[in-house]
Amino acid sequence: MSPKQTIAFENVSRFYGEVLGVNRVNLTVPPGVTSLVGPNGAGKTTLMNLMTGLLHPTEGEIRVLGVSPQDPERLCRLVGYCTQFDAFPKGLTGYKFLYAFLRMHGMSHAECDQRAKRSLELVGLSEAANRLVGAYSKGMRQRVKLAQAIAHDPQVVILDEPLNGLDPMARAEAIALFRQWGEQGRHVIVSSHILHEVDRISDQVILLSQGYVVAEGAIQGVRSEVKDQPMQILVRCDRPAVLAARLFDQNHIVEARIHGDGKNLLLSTKDADSFYLLLNRVILDSGLQVESVAPADDDVNSVYQYLIGAEGSAV
Amino acid sequence: MTHLWIRQIAGVLRLELKRTAFSKRGWWIYCLAAAPVIVALLHWLLQSNRHSARHSLGEDSVVFAGMFLVFFLRGSIFFGCMGIFTSLFRGEMLEKTLHYYFMTPLRRELLAAGKYLAGLTVALMLFLPSVAATFLLLGRHFGAAWTDYLVHGPGLGQLGSYLLVTALGCIGYGAVFLVCGLIYKNPMIPAAVVWVWEALNPFLPALLKKISVIFYLKSLCPVEVPAEPPFSLMVIETDPASAWVAIPGLLAVAALLLIYAGISARQAEISYGE
Repeated sequence: MSPKQTIAFENVSRFYGEVLGVNRVNLTVPPGVTSLVGPNGAGKTTLMNLMTGLLHPTEGEIRVLGVSPQDPERLCRLVGYCTQFDAFPKGLTGYKFLYAFLRMHGMSHAECDQRAKRSLELVGLSEAANRLVGAYSKGMRQRVKLAQAIAHDPQVVILDEPLNGLDPMARAEAIALFRQWGEQGRHVIVSSHILHEVDRISDQVILLSQGYVVAEGAIQGVRSEVKDQPMQILVRCDRPAVLAARLFDQNHIVEARIHGDGKNLLLSTKDADSFYLLLNRVILDSGLQVESVAPADDDVNSVYQYLIGAEGSAV
Repeated sequence: MTHLWIRQIAGVLRLELKRTAFSKRGWWIYCLAAAPVIVALLHWLLQSNRHSARHSLGEDSVVFAGMFLVFFLRGSIFFGCMGIFTSLFRGEMLEKTLHYYFMTPLRRELLAAGKYLAGLTVALMLFLPSVAATFLLLGRHFGAAWTDYLVHGPGLGQLGSYLLVTALGCIGYGAVFLVCGLIYKNPMIPAAVVWVWEALNPFLPALLKKISVIFYLKSLCPVEVPAEPPFSLMVIETDPASAWVAIPGLLAVAALLLIYAGISARQAEISYGE
């Protein structure tokens, strides 16, 4: 993929005095939805601020679709950023807030008007457009920030904890919107603490801990790289006890448990490929009726627990 | 490109005027601008009720010159500009709203220029009427003699000079405090240093006097204020700068400071201390 289609970090470090923000980050982020996951202080916001030029790297180089973040005149036409700061210029309505900053893009009055209205409609704030942002609820403020980030139709949308303060309905709508943007070929970078939602929206994840990138890529790929944790697989079949008995002969099987309605077998294996071969043999030998076979821990939550573990348990 | 820049500066100006002008936080600046007008108004009312004035028109013009130098230049214009211009960037840092500007395709130099123009507009809107109203009210109790002084005498010329000095003061101090607000987390400390330096100006040697804003502003004032003892013993007399030096000099210093502000804005980061 050409550098003009990716967000690239090359050996990027950022220190706040002697405090580490992020250290030696090497990343290439392709289009689609990418989630930044990590405990508080892991460096998620620092990474986002670096790629939007709000912070400058102490070392290294960043390119957003080939543009340096130190070139705001070009970068800010490509990037929209919904920050976690819950503050707004005083005395502006939702509409005027969007309109005023769209004018900085050099658009005509008519275009600013049209885009402001369209963005507010997209986030469901059309009716509140002429109310002061200061009088908005937390959820509405979050939505108007989202509207501001996307109003100029950016190719890269960066969202820091975008689901905070949103009610379940608004969350579902926002997630659908992120997915839609990702499918349109945009870069959508999301940081979130809510792991099951990250799972739903992400094409790839970047796991951060204490300023370092712990893992990156599609979540299944990341899971398969975690060799020291046995893979958990859930098999639903008519005679799980038969399967369990055959499995215990194998060295790579760490654990097998029957649970649920008595038809589910949850097993842990150090060698998933050998297990799948064995399963084929058992099916042929004993006529086992298998309903489903699915990995049980290739989600963000499991990978997060394996790689970041207890330090992120508060998240 | 120029068209885009004008549009962007106009956008910044509009937003900043909304934020800066008539904000509740600026109440003390409005008081600074209103106070001399109230004093002059009281002076007029009190003197109007007396049958004969205890002082001459000339004395009142010297009183205004002293008031202008001490109260306006070293007081309200200095502190007013400090309040207005330091908050242009620092205030937004405290309110956590500066990143909205930083996320637009706006040259940071233009942002600094737009903010400076907004601050200057507010400062001029406050202090030009304040100076004019104080000047016009202070001698008002002389009645026809005052009107004659204004129309046929040096009155209007003096008022024009005071307004010019006020505008130049706002331009000069505005640029100084814009830079302070951009590069210092607590701009009050450099502002205090500048204030002490400006206050010490009469006692400084000739060469050091010239490294200040007040020296050039004072040089442009139409009426000289004699120093009273014991200060007169400590004051070091220096020839005032000519208008041809003072006006372009002040504008050039302000321009240099603005260029520096633009460079600082380009290098600025968003760090709200979280």
